[in-house]
Amino acid sequence: MASKCPSFSPCPTLLVLRARAPFPLSPFSSNKTMAAMSKGAPALGLALKTSEVKHQDCSSSSANFSSSSTRRRSRSGVGRVSMHCRAVLATEQVEAPIKSPFPVQYTKLFINNSFVDSVSGKTFPSIDPRSEEVAVEVAQAAAEDVDRAVKAARKAFEEGPWPRMPGCERAGIMNRIADLLDEHKDELSALDTLNMGKVYDMARLGEAPLAIGLFRYYAGWCDKAQGMTLPTNGPFHAYTLHEPIGVVGSILPWNAPFYLLAMKVAPALACGNTIVLKPAQQSPLSALLIAKLAAEAGLPDGVLNVVTGYGDTGMHIASHMDVDKVAFTGSTQVGRQIMQAAAQSNLKPVNLELGGKSPFIIFGDADMDAAVESAHQAIFYNQGQMCVAGSRTFVHESVYDEYLERAKARAEKRVVGDPFKPGVEQGPQADEAQFNKVMSYIRAGKDEGARLITGGERVGSKGYYIQPTIFSDVQDDMKICREEIFGPVMSVIKFKTVEEVIQRSNQSEYGLGATVMSKNVDIINTVTRSLKAGIVWVNTYGILTPSAPFGGYKSSGFGRENGAYALANYQQVKSVIMPICNPPYL
Amino acid sequence: MDSGKPYEQARYAELPLMSRQFRYFAGWADKIFGTTGPSDGIHAVQTLHEPIGVVGQIIPWNFPLVMYCWKVAPALAAGNTIVLKTAEQTPLSAILAGKLALEAGIPPGVLNIVSGYGPTAGASIAEHMDIDKVAFTGSTEVGKLVMAAAARSNLKPVTLELGGKSPMIICEDANVDEAVELAHFALFFNMGQCCCAGSRTFVHESIYDEFVEKSKARALKRVVGDPFRKGVEQGPQVDKDQFHKVLGYVESGMEQGANLITGGGRLGSKGYYIKPTIFTDVKEGMKIFDEEIFGPVQSIAKFKTLDEVVQRANNTVYGLAAGIFSNNINTVNTLSRALRAGTIWVNCFDVFDATIPFGGYKQSGIGREKGKYVLESYTQVKAVVTPLHNPAWL
Repeated sequence: MASKCPSFSPCPTLLVLRARAPFPLSPFSSNKTMAAMSKGAPALGLALKTSEVKHQDCSSSSANFSSSSTRRRSRSGVGRVSMHCRAVLATEQVEAPIKSPFPVQYTKLFINNSFVDSVSGKTFPSIDPRSEEVAVEVAQAAAEDVDRAVKAARKAFEEGPWPRMPGCERAGIMNRIADLLDEHKDELSALDTLNMGKVYDMARLGEAPLAIGLFRYYAGWCDKAQGMTLPTNGPFHAYTLHEPIGVVGSILPWNAPFYLLAMKVAPALACGNTIVLKPAQQSPLSALLIAKLAAEAGLPDGVLNVVTGYGDTGMHIASHMDVDKVAFTGSTQVGRQIMQAAAQSNLKPVNLELGGKSPFIIFGDADMDAAVESAHQAIFYNQGQMCVAGSRTFVHESVYDEYLERAKARAEKRVVGDPFKPGVEQGPQADEAQFNKVMSYIRAGKDEGARLITGGERVGSKGYYIQPTIFSDVQDDMKICREEIFGPVMSVIKFKTVEEVIQRSNQSEYGLGATVMSKNVDIINTVTRSLKAGIVWVNTYGILTPSAPFGGYKSSGFGRENGAYALANYQQVKSVIMPICNPPYL
Repeated sequence: MDSGKPYEQARYAELPLMSRQFRYFAGWADKIFGTTGPSDGIHAVQTLHEPIGVVGQIIPWNFPLVMYCWKVAPALAAGNTIVLKTAEQTPLSAILAGKLALEAGIPPGVLNIVSGYGPTAGASIAEHMDIDKVAFTGSTEVGKLVMAAAARSNLKPVTLELGGKSPMIICEDANVDEAVELAHFALFFNMGQCCCAGSRTFVHESIYDEFVEKSKARALKRVVGDPFRKGVEQGPQVDKDQFHKVLGYVESGMEQGANLITGGGRLGSKGYYIKPTIFTDVKEGMKIFDEEIFGPVQSIAKFKTLDEVVQRANNTVYGLAAGIFSNNINTVNTLSRALRAGTIWVNCFDVFDATIPFGGYKQSGIGREKGKYVLESYTQVKAVVTPLHNPAWL
């Protein structure tokens, strides 16, 4: 236990909160996070005791938590906070939902930098998954509304200033957008929590900074998108221009509304495009506020338009004849429809971020404390609603029993409750359909003979809360092992050899993420190259640095987001060729 | 104040360039990529682009703050620490900039600024055994000393931005009025004290006479005076040495038979002011045509064919920049490839966007500043190699 090598980092977005226990900070949180937390707690009537907090830099991702409940040691460089609050345990009734700290301001479509009703005046209900009741009505966009938005985006692209600004000016506006998002990150996070149940503190202290960071990262790319001058096979002068692609349709899911919006919008804007964005029907609110803030920051009219509605709104975008490109994140099933619509309309290029069934592989030499906590976060973070969730936990036979025991203990400590309450780790599933789907997978797991280690039931009778659930002795052909559950259900699978676990990991139709827990350089090199997955984490999980490209193999989609790679999604490459007379060289 | 440059020029032309440099390179800080690469055999190969370490930077007096920004911003973005020496003529602005950097949060010791003379402070940096890299902007003569000192001491890599004698080529299809104005700006800007000044003006014979006449008129209109006064285009030369050097070249021009058509001497009796000066009938062999004057002395020569002007333009030890004035695509393409210079300005001059690499061929220097290219100068490449067993692919 003494000096563990700094190998563990839970989801960077997180603060793992435990009632009546010190908790670790992720390497991506800081003194500011701690201060913010302690400011919040008294407002909610909780006593908060902070021990001395030291500055922690990102590079020392210290493994500072311990699996043993008896030893709490303060490591240098990491602060700890003891929370004295009443735990909401998995078996307790959930209380009446806490009121969101921010009222909902914007519920209409955002076109040409103004809020407008849908042409038909229709709205749709946005449901609070804690109460199962309607929180607010939001404008519903039909084909004519999508049309209006596309027209605005087209005009902004063909005639407006945005693509005609030098990159450095776009950068200035994007940095101002980031500043405003930062000022409003609590409000944005509250909207997401209200919409889909994300734990509020994780949203505002973890995911929001990452989203804002993406805006700043791509602000930096605005003036660095370069083409090339080219060697030729004859007397020609040739070069490429990397042009903005035009009107971009961005269709988002509900599981991380703020972050995924940043992931789509920031690179598209940086390259000089205009956007028609559709957030998921479960989570329309934060996108509307973000668009308003972008306009305040100086984004010209028509550059960022938001149309809220159901899946059909998204399909109108995918099949629109005047949208130049569509980028979609969501389920594999809908991804197929989007791609077909794109093909059948104007052959607009598509990139897709779809589902996953990512293996989380624990070798015998893994740091078991880190493995248990990482594997826990990998499946349970955000109520299991992550495309990259580590949803097949492969454990080497030599440490299988030990792992199960510890994983069970960890899951049983997980605090499920109102996501606005400090100390809660797990909120409700996003909506009724998701809830039903997860419960049916749990039933399937039981029916197909997997061994239920813990959980498996609903929490309370109101709100879509599900107990953290673990199945063991899961076989490859079970539904819970093959299909994406998108819920807090861990499936633990025993393996023997490296070749076997590679082969079984790759058997999935998906190929989004993977995690390898081992200290052995050879195992790491072999396994990382053998896995058919777009992101492989080694001895950590969930780190989303802006420079690392993100995307899937196989049915998990194609194309890469983040990093320099994302720029290619939002540019059109033009070659220019002309003859050259008497060239001094070729 | 230190350098005599017109206040309006510094305030409105140069200052925006400076903050722009810092913002541009701030954007590069988290985008310095290495590679993972193929190998010839069964190895995993990665490259890491690491900060090079302690960087010594020696800057000149002609654009004190702009030069400071060109040097400091990329070096910091790449994660280095800096010891920067200002020119003895212009020590003040960098000190203020450094203080502001501290206020902005730069940790102590990352940016250090020393003022002093070349043979002492500058040489000391170039020779220092614990400085990992030196970047110098200044004269070719001193650049050679810096490089030799770097070699003698610890073989620290060197980048140099040195002198120039850049050709400004006015082709036969040029609009003469526009060409005159651009050529005037290319030479006279900053009292002629630019490494990349367009200091050999080649004009096609078909427009030569008109060009010369209009250039003279333009030079006579140039407002020379106190740089703090509004509307002044040209202040004094930076110091007594430069002043006498320039006047010396003017005399040699007259002695060697060039035709003085305007200016040619001091303006007033106090302050290092020199009249905007133009020589015509200038040719190779004359000092004013071969050597860098660094003053407000324009030399205009006549040419007939493109081949001829290419050969004459390249006939210099320098190779910093060149200007081409033409709308003909073929002329532009041919000349821009044929001229041996690091920056070719076509129908413009002195465009210094942060994104555009700048540097010299031949004795105008080594390496490039600005743009993505400068990052190479401030990083060290490390390859990491590990064997692979049963690789799934190679």
